[in-house]
Amino acid sequence: MSQDIRVKKGLNIKLKGQAAMTTAAVSRSDFYAIKPTDFHGITPKLTVKAGDEVIVGDVVFFSKGNDRIKFTSPVSGTVKEIKRGAKRKVLAVIVESKPEDQFKDFGAANPLSLEKEAVLEKILESGSFAYVKQRPYDIIANPKDSPKAIFVSSFDTAPLGPNYAFALKGKEEAFQAGINALSKLTEGAVNLSVDANEASFFSKIENANIINVSGKHPAGNVGTQIAAISPVNQGERVWTVSAQGVATIGELFLTGKYNPTKLVALAGSQVKKPQYYTLSAGQNIKSLIEENVNVKGSRIISGNVLTGTKIQVDDFLGFYDNVITVIPEGDKYRFFGWLPFVGSSTIHSFSKTSFAWLNSGKEYDLNTSLNGEERALVVTGEMEKVVPLDIYPLQLLKACIANDIEKMENLGIYEVAPEDFALVDYINTSKIEAQEIIREGLDLMIKEVG
Amino acid sequence: MDFLRKKFDEIRKPFNPGGKFEKFAPAINSIDTLMFVPKHNTHKGAHIRDGVDLKRVMVTVIFALLPAMLFGMYNLGYQHFSQLGESTAFLDCMIFGAWKFLPMLLVSYGVGLAIEIGFAIYNKHEVNEGYLVSGMLIPLIMPVDFPLWMLAVSVVFAVFIGKEAFGGTGMNIFNPALIARAFAFFSYAPQMSGDKVWVADASTIDAVSGETILGQLAAGAESSWSVLDMFLGYIPGSVGETSVLAILIGAAILIATGVGSWKIMTGVVIGGAAMGLIFNALGLNALMEFPWWQHLLVGGFAFGAVFMATDPVSGAQTEKGKWIYGILIGFFAIMIRVFNGAYPEGMMMAILLMNVFAPTVDHYVIAGNIKKRKKRLKAA
Repeated sequence: MSQDIRVKKGLNIKLKGQAAMTTAAVSRSDFYAIKPTDFHGITPKLTVKAGDEVIVGDVVFFSKGNDRIKFTSPVSGTVKEIKRGAKRKVLAVIVESKPEDQFKDFGAANPLSLEKEAVLEKILESGSFAYVKQRPYDIIANPKDSPKAIFVSSFDTAPLGPNYAFALKGKEEAFQAGINALSKLTEGAVNLSVDANEASFFSKIENANIINVSGKHPAGNVGTQIAAISPVNQGERVWTVSAQGVATIGELFLTGKYNPTKLVALAGSQVKKPQYYTLSAGQNIKSLIEENVNVKGSRIISGNVLTGTKIQVDDFLGFYDNVITVIPEGDKYRFFGWLPFVGSSTIHSFSKTSFAWLNSGKEYDLNTSLNGEERALVVTGEMEKVVPLDIYPLQLLKACIANDIEKMENLGIYEVAPEDFALVDYINTSKIEAQEIIREGLDLMIKEVG
Repeated sequence: MDFLRKKFDEIRKPFNPGGKFEKFAPAINSIDTLMFVPKHNTHKGAHIRDGVDLKRVMVTVIFALLPAMLFGMYNLGYQHFSQLGESTAFLDCMIFGAWKFLPMLLVSYGVGLAIEIGFAIYNKHEVNEGYLVSGMLIPLIMPVDFPLWMLAVSVVFAVFIGKEAFGGTGMNIFNPALIARAFAFFSYAPQMSGDKVWVADASTIDAVSGETILGQLAAGAESSWSVLDMFLGYIPGSVGETSVLAILIGAAILIATGVGSWKIMTGVVIGGAAMGLIFNALGLNALMEFPWWQHLLVGGFAFGAVFMATDPVSGAQTEKGKWIYGILIGFFAIMIRVFNGAYPEGMMMAILLMNVFAPTVDHYVIAGNIKKRKKRLKAA
């Protein structure tokens, strides 16, 4: 069975420094971190303390709200430090690694011959349930729910996004096993979206409803695909798993090991040789960055330029991130830079007040400049052009700002995630933080409606 | 530009946090950001941002207004000198027009921006660029001899009551420039209407008639101007409204840059034409008999359609809503023109009326979307 979606709205931003389809080795890091901050809405309950020995797959903390959701160590070693912030909030559990990894054995099994509960239990025990997120709210799913469908996107349309067909080469079998496991968890279908313009092994995956998607970013976002296939209504749950997450879950069933290593793209104009590296979720990236990046005056982002998190040189790879992007910081005044059409050749703009649209194939070396200052919401009609959902983005944002729950519901808050508004962050004239507003709106809904 | 930047950084030192005039930072910031795009970096959300900002959008509108403004200035001189039978050399007309118009522009910007900066300091936010456009629009829609103090009072009213009372830029219900004009119209009627105000010095020199085409028609007379004059703008009227050609150049700029909504503009024209056709069919008086397509050329119709109705804040905000909003403006503008003999221009009233109803239009457009969502929920 296969379906087609053509996404008509959206915007591809082409940046310099696309990762080449080559891989390079990176030495094992001394430190790894499991950061509760990667998991929105999770309050950690620690099960380890400094000095404890852990092996790969040992539980480090679980969710205070739901003790079945566990988070496990990506590495063998000794817990070195529990990093805390204000009000003793746990920021990271840092593990000093041993030279060799030992894996906790969760037992190999064929998911297709297991009952739903057994599949779920294995995923939960291994800590890979963290890969299973839910719409609405864009948080880790509740294992008790029965989702009406599961969505997996096998391609990334974000600027400098990684190519999963390349990153998962050699893991085809694991990916299929992961899909098999997920197919046990839903009454409905597992929907696997594949890039309609690129042939890959994803199209041949079984036990999934293959959806051929074409169009500009955010065509690759699960949110866009859910909206087109099976929009989330009030009270419904749809689960989403990243492509890398599916492979990790699959490997768990094939080998019995929880192994969160993945091929991660190191991309961006400040990277000397953009390509892929094998890293583990939570791995310290200091040596990788210092060897391959012009650090001075650069911003290092775990994730892509639209949705990623700013990190420092000696930080750790985010749990969900499959790309590390390094671009120059702004930090420059531009004399009369606000005049229409000024800077068209170096600063990309979606607006036609710049000539950038005449040269849509050009790769830009964009920096982190806000290119203006925050202002009142004045311009209308621009957000709609980059949000391919059947919602009114401006009105939804205003409802979120006003904390008007009924209006938010009516306008489709259940159908959106912050990443669906990433391009709104980018293109909006008033420089408002749309992703943050949506996140706060979703958090309010969790609190009030649940 | 490093030298300039350094000099300015020195000047603005007392305004920086901890400085003596810290409170007045929005004032100096407004000058700073006018010279330089600030070097702010993203600190949350998307790490890269589009090159567009509100200043660029507003300045695009100002560029679009320039042809109408320049022709308006020329026409001030042309109307005055031609009626007196004097030389209408281009330079003479321009100098005369500038002499008349620039003080209006200065008063409008001076008074308006002072209030905006005052509010920004009081409310501790940055100065929004909205008034850059309003401040230019206001003198363009006033008669030439409108006393400057009256203009100043109108601007004060527009910015205070029309804008800041609602929460400032982005929150206002009415188009601020039209609020200024409406205030002036009802407060200073003799200076704002009649047959003595539309050409410079018409009220003091007998040889000069300051009547507009719509005024003539309302009085039951035939229009004494050719269609070409109407299109090119060699007719009496508010400073910026007369030349359809200059306004069309502005419209082209707004549409090409996407800053002005082509849907609203087209809607207004469609609505106006439809109403004009209806009246032509009835043909009960001179205004009704006036050919429908000429209705679109005279008075403030074109200027309103391109520069006033397209204000994104006071207009409809949904794409479907923009069509409805535009069409109704055109419809009402011609209707008010024809029915209201005392005030033979309907554009201002039509736009202000639709400003009130724009949220209602949007409400019903969005209700369609909500209904779809609820229906889906029921089916699920």
